[in-house]
Amino acid sequence: MNYPALRQLISSLAPFLGVVVVVLLFWVFYPDQPMTLKAWRSVAVQTVVVGLAAVGMTWVIMSGGIDLSVGSVIALSGVSAALAVEAGWGFYGGVLAGVGTGALCGAYNGILIVGLRLPPFIATLGTMGFYRGVAKWVAANESVRPEDATGLSYTAGIAEWVKQLADGQWLAPAVWLLLATTLLGAWALRWTVLGRHTVAIGSNELTARLCGVRIRQTKVAIYSLAGLLAGLAGVMLFGRLTVGDPTSAVGIELDVIAAVVIGGASLSGGKGSVMGALAGALLMTVLRNRCTAVDWPNFVQEMIVGHIIILAVAIDQWRIRRTRR
Amino acid sequence: MLGVDKAFGATVALAGACLRVEAGEVRALIGENGAGKSTLMRILSGVESADSGTIRIDGNLFSPNNPQQAREGGIAMVHQELAVVEDLTVEENLLLGREPSRGGVFLPGRMRDRVVSSLALLGREDIQPTTPVSQLSVAARQLVEIARALVHDAPVIVFDEPTSSLGAQDIEHLFEVIGRLRRDRRAVVYISHFLEEVQSVADSWTVLRDGVVVGEGLISETSTEDLVSQMIGRRLEEMYPRVPRERGDVLIEVRDLKTSTGLQRAGLTLHRGEVLGIAGLVGSGRSELLRGIYGLDQMESGSIRLEGKSFRPDPTRSIQSGLGFASEDRKEEGLAVDLSVATNLTLGATSARNFFSILGLKKEREQVEVWINRFDIRTWGPDQTVRTLSGGNQQKVALARLLHLDVDAVLLDEPTRGIDVGSKTEVFRWIGELAAQNKGVLVVSSSMQELLGICDRIQVMHRGVLGPARPVEQWDEHSLMVCAVGGEEAA
Repeated sequence: MNYPALRQLISSLAPFLGVVVVVLLFWVFYPDQPMTLKAWRSVAVQTVVVGLAAVGMTWVIMSGGIDLSVGSVIALSGVSAALAVEAGWGFYGGVLAGVGTGALCGAYNGILIVGLRLPPFIATLGTMGFYRGVAKWVAANESVRPEDATGLSYTAGIAEWVKQLADGQWLAPAVWLLLATTLLGAWALRWTVLGRHTVAIGSNELTARLCGVRIRQTKVAIYSLAGLLAGLAGVMLFGRLTVGDPTSAVGIELDVIAAVVIGGASLSGGKGSVMGALAGALLMTVLRNRCTAVDWPNFVQEMIVGHIIILAVAIDQWRIRRTRR
Repeated sequence: MLGVDKAFGATVALAGACLRVEAGEVRALIGENGAGKSTLMRILSGVESADSGTIRIDGNLFSPNNPQQAREGGIAMVHQELAVVEDLTVEENLLLGREPSRGGVFLPGRMRDRVVSSLALLGREDIQPTTPVSQLSVAARQLVEIARALVHDAPVIVFDEPTSSLGAQDIEHLFEVIGRLRRDRRAVVYISHFLEEVQSVADSWTVLRDGVVVGEGLISETSTEDLVSQMIGRRLEEMYPRVPRERGDVLIEVRDLKTSTGLQRAGLTLHRGEVLGIAGLVGSGRSELLRGIYGLDQMESGSIRLEGKSFRPDPTRSIQSGLGFASEDRKEEGLAVDLSVATNLTLGATSARNFFSILGLKKEREQVEVWINRFDIRTWGPDQTVRTLSGGNQQKVALARLLHLDVDAVLLDEPTRGIDVGSKTEVFRWIGELAAQNKGVLVVSSSMQELLGICDRIQVMHRGVLGPARPVEQWDEHSLMVCAVGGEEAA
């Protein structure tokens, strides 16, 4: 098997294959509930928040790190976007405030990790609580709801991005944004110096150091990038809720990490795929959509999603053992 | 009486080695790095099993399958690397694996007398049994390791390089203890590089070379010279191709370099167009010297000048200033084994570039293919993962990286470790070519013969202190070994 490009393609397609399998299985057992185009479109919109954050998380996990604070960053960014709109900064002001807040949070994560030499798990476990607290503080412990006429119109502008469209229309703008971000993230991982260094650090940090890679700056850049994308996800969440809710996106970090892992990433770093992470995120939303469509209760979905993660990693481990032999 | 006989079949590490120790005898086991001493001891202590051969204690056959069985059979080991559990107390460490208990309940203090007396035997009543090991100094931890071997009255005690982290006073105490063990009619095996230690503590010696016992005798009847020539022996002549070269300007000048990792004092001058060798035993500070110059180990004091300019090392800056380094540990540090040949080869060259600059993947591939051809790296292409290459080919990737960087000075730490003879000769030729191209090469090696074959000048490292440089003509394996085991003054 001397076709690594082909093999890589197959392994990055595997999670998409998982999506197809899930849809087919449900179709076989519930032929009266097919996956309609409308369902696909609503699934796509529901994937936006987790998907955007998963692109950044892929970079972090590829570098051998982890970011547990992503849920809190999404909430805080949503709140700051809402506050900016409320303060009359306009549509782009709101988007920039959210994205900027996310990037700052990510940079702080990175600085804590390299400055205090903390394990990323611990550093981001700490900031997970910290950012959540900040979100509640700046939002005065309640949802931020831009109420005057201009504020409402800007909110509506953002909400327009993540709206589920009526029949006859194509994809929501947020879905295009997700696709573009994913492609850009995948491209940059392979074609830019930052991407190359991210993979090198995750695969063997000692080698990267020996080769003169600036480990500290690179790590801060990676976490900032992940924060920025979490900020963008936060803006999208604000659009969907039309309020900045400091208690939203609780526990979403586990969905994001699960998406990346289902997408073929290794938590020990050096291995992963941005496209795979998107597929992983899609797989989870499709599964939720199907379970709802056939009236399975929520807890069944949770039980199934849990085992999909286990299965994805088990298959991966099995493949690694086979190729090493 | 008590004796240990061992013989092994045709393995690379050991080929029919025999060792015999009487009760009341201290036998020194000596040999160069990689001679098979540690393998022999790992078999004795049950960590590994022999392919063939037997071990007898008191005439009874003994074949430990694991360390637990070896201990129960009466063999206690003092390891070279610290094998203490930092989070446990001194007492818990001493009794680890054989805790006094009743019905599975640990009874601390039951063996307190034993613990206290074995620490007292080492002259260190000040170490409290209830102190966590993490609070002790390195030397004190080594003593705990030794006390663990004493606490159970094992009839056979093996010391593997026990003094590497001890001070002079603790060494003296240790030797007193070994004297007492001898009077107690225990059998002691003492492994060491340091001949002066061996001569003061042991009764008899066995020299191991390339997995074979090449000689044994009594310390009182043997001179230092005899021991050294036994250790080196005669080996097959290898090919050391020499390319004519001329010594040029000073490239690197190091003065009184001290690192946080154990290098005490080192000074050297590397010229363009020369190969400077650093000899010394494992753990003498050779690697730390190269790592200190390159900036991987923290520099504590001293100075480094690069082409006359003062230089503060840091890997990124080193590469930009024309320094290249190849690690002795290819798999853990030298290469990212799960990444491709191309990525590994070009990683250094991307290090100083802007994060958002775009990689020219196609051009990179072409360059990598050129290196693959020039170095004759056996691979099916730039995308092959390094893990799946042979040791020699992996090393070629690591070395090709330095050429790809086009550095002026090359720091090589054990460039031929674990590679086949054919690849070795290629590496030697490559080193000679670099010097002929007016670059400077600083090379560390455990093989004295190799250094003599490829270097213009050699310096010897002993316990963190680097001796003066001398032209290669003034060295031979014997004088290198004498300096390596006894320091410069012994020469």
